[in-house]
Amino acid sequence: MQRKALNKKDALWLGFVVLLALLPLAPVVAANSFHMHVAILILLFASMAQAWNIIGGYCGQVSFGHSVFFGIGAYGAGMAVVTYGGTPWPGILIGVMLAAAIAVVISYPCFKLSGHYFAIATFAIVEIFHRTFLVWDWVGGALGLDYPLVKEGLKNLMWYDTKTGYYYCALILFLLIFGVVRWLEGHRFGYYMRAVREGQETAESLGVNSTAVKLAAMALSAALTALCGAFFVQYNLRVDTPMVMSLDMSMKFVLITVLGGSGTLVGPLLGAAVLIPLQEYSRALWGGLGGGVDLIIFGLLIILIVVKQPAGMIGIIRDIGKRVLKQKSAAKGDSADGTP
Amino acid sequence: MALLDVRDVTMKFGELVANDRVSFTVESGSIVGLIGPNGAGKTTLFNCITGFLKPTSGSVIFDGADITGLTPYQIARMGAVRTFQVVRPLKEMTVFDNVLVGAFLKTSGNREAFARAAECIEICSLESLQEKPAGELSIGGKKRLELARALATRPKLLMLDEVMAGMTSTEVKVSVEVILRLRESGITLMIVEHVMEGIMPIADKMVVLDGGVKIAEDAPDRIINDESVIEAYLGAKYAQRFKAQKEGGLIG
Amino acid sequence: METFVQVLLDGMLNGMVYALVAAGLCIIWGVMDVINFAHGEYLMVAMYVSYWLGFLLNVDPLLSVIAAGIFIFILGAMTYQLIIRYTIGKPGLVALLATFGLAIFLKNACMNRFSPNFLILTDTWLSDKTLHMGNLIFPVPQLVAGLLSLVVVGMIYALINTTRFGWAIQATAMDRDAAELMGINTDRIYLVVFGIGGACVGIAGGIMPSYLAVHPEVGSMFGLIAFVCVAMGGFGSIPGAFIAGILVGSVEALAGFYIAPVFKYIAVFGLYLTVVFLRPKGIFGW
Repeated sequence: MQRKALNKKDALWLGFVVLLALLPLAPVVAANSFHMHVAILILLFASMAQAWNIIGGYCGQVSFGHSVFFGIGAYGAGMAVVTYGGTPWPGILIGVMLAAAIAVVISYPCFKLSGHYFAIATFAIVEIFHRTFLVWDWVGGALGLDYPLVKEGLKNLMWYDTKTGYYYCALILFLLIFGVVRWLEGHRFGYYMRAVREGQETAESLGVNSTAVKLAAMALSAALTALCGAFFVQYNLRVDTPMVMSLDMSMKFVLITVLGGSGTLVGPLLGAAVLIPLQEYSRALWGGLGGGVDLIIFGLLIILIVVKQPAGMIGIIRDIGKRVLKQKSAAKGDSADGTP
Repeated sequence: MALLDVRDVTMKFGELVANDRVSFTVESGSIVGLIGPNGAGKTTLFNCITGFLKPTSGSVIFDGADITGLTPYQIARMGAVRTFQVVRPLKEMTVFDNVLVGAFLKTSGNREAFARAAECIEICSLESLQEKPAGELSIGGKKRLELARALATRPKLLMLDEVMAGMTSTEVKVSVEVILRLRESGITLMIVEHVMEGIMPIADKMVVLDGGVKIAEDAPDRIINDESVIEAYLGAKYAQRFKAQKEGGLIG
Repeated sequence: METFVQVLLDGMLNGMVYALVAAGLCIIWGVMDVINFAHGEYLMVAMYVSYWLGFLLNVDPLLSVIAAGIFIFILGAMTYQLIIRYTIGKPGLVALLATFGLAIFLKNACMNRFSPNFLILTDTWLSDKTLHMGNLIFPVPQLVAGLLSLVVVGMIYALINTTRFGWAIQATAMDRDAAELMGINTDRIYLVVFGIGGACVGIAGGIMPSYLAVHPEVGSMFGLIAFVCVAMGGFGSIPGAFIAGILVGSVEALAGFYIAPVFKYIAVFGLYLTVVFLRPKGIFGW
């Protein structure tokens, strides 16, 4: 019984690893730069969702405030290049550390709130940051920051002719964040996060400092989110507040993870692999047509999946797997009955 | 020196006095039963000792240190670990992972923690259920899980809040064996219990609460002869039965 | 001083409309512990209903209020029947995300049908009229909207606290299973509560085209403010939501006037955080 369960898990893992191994080949296959664009976005949004998954999925603290950290990372890189005319790297470093620090400071009081009160507090924080950054001239205010033309390459983290460089950067980002989460899953901190999600008092009774676990998970999640934000501006060559630090952006973190399957390693990738192509291709297809058609479909799809299977696509796949298994065993049973 | 020393603990909720100057000690290596009728303040006292409530006055000394007012996780880290009367499985996690969370208290190393978890699963006979989500267990299974999880933390003092309530008599028997084995391995136990058959024969000492006040603290065989205890709680019938059993040499 | 009173009163009038929008959200939250993320979009749809009735049929918003209220009652009941029913008993996040999907759908459907342009209804009965009281000046549309809100919130409060149906709602909110055992059809209660919640915001949205332009994004900010009012007032407390609404309206107006217009929402959300950090369950929460 136990051996069977392990085998199934191993097979799933093998599939996942094979998929990862094939990913680096994508730029060769998808020379068309629009497909490439979609592939980069899938990797980026999967990474973002995975970063959110640490605190929102594994640790169970559903934050709608992640665009704040995303924005801080984005502004860190953007200001290093535009305002200070250097390379983005020091800005990325500062952004990541600042995001983690701010995460700790604002989460500490928020963790005292429960349920909807926590959710609404994170909305409020996004709005406060959003509106402050809009009128803050030092960070570019309402105009935002536009990148100057500088030499392409890894030093400036910028490419013009092809998107291949960006693709590999996104892949590294993706592997880094998935690697971190994979490692967490199998170690003490990962078990502690899940224990806090499932029952804070129980966890405390077993010697888990739940506040410390939540703060650490939030800081890690925020730092990784900021890293994604930095990549996002380097790719867009522009940063402004509505783009990176809005409630809509915050919701994307949550939606992708929940659609894929929150609290699972593969969920964020699944969610991004479905939502991002839907968003990008439908925008390309219907974009000129009155607008909004892609988002109308998007809205309906969210309702449908969330209502039908709250465990997300992982849940759907699991259900199908179960049904197939049942059919197989049923077929076996029939033939056994058939023999006289 | 006593492992646990409860001194004049008083807990008030507004006007209601749940515990009134309760004092007792738990000697190292012993089994202490805490009994009393419903609403006697047993669970409140438990919560005061384990940091889930802060006593209004009085103090709790554990292993030579004053732990009054510490948080539950700090107390657990010092080696005083509890189970819950109303079971609290970490529902979506498997039984094994539940126990593993406990096992990680004394080690961050995976190999050691996994070994400890497996050991505790075996002690509580949960092997066949270990891959199941904890939320799917029967009530008896969940009670055993509570025990296994607390045990995995390698506690000095294990505090069990009605682990035997709701168990079948066979399950009670198994639990009693487990508890005796734990004592042999050097763990001190403090047990809140309603199931008399379970606790009376194995306890070294009984503490009896009634209406928030300690009315007796003595060896079990003397507790059943204590008039105030009989009146408050046991009823004459059980006292006679226990006496008869004792004299018939069935126990001990 | 006079300016201060004028600004404060303007803010409070606005606040009463917030209170009505929040009251709709509040009873849904209080009875079924669901945050309806599409609440602001309900308001936007109601405004379009009122706008088109005015533009095509020359019906004044003051009368369209009824049509808009009924329309959003039906929209709310449909939302319950088609979406929310399936989320009851699942984690709170499920209903929130499902209604977020609905919000995206409604917003973009309106964008697609009616374009993102601002639509303004001119020459309504109330537009551009003002009322002078001493040195204070009140814009009549806002005044009427505020008073209407006050009346509707009062009616909802009376409905819940004095009628048999209201008691059935309260019983359902306290313990669904027990209410079911007492012979209350709780599924029906939920349906009607969602409808009433919708009707509140429908009435608010119905009158707004008298003084506000209609566009697909107009509901988002009202929705957020309603969340803040409800959470600040405390779980399911209509008086709490009402007081929070007026407080939010006042703070918004004062911060906008005395600091800078861009700071009005920063002040509002800052106020919310301050309140819940001090009282984690809101002003009237327990």
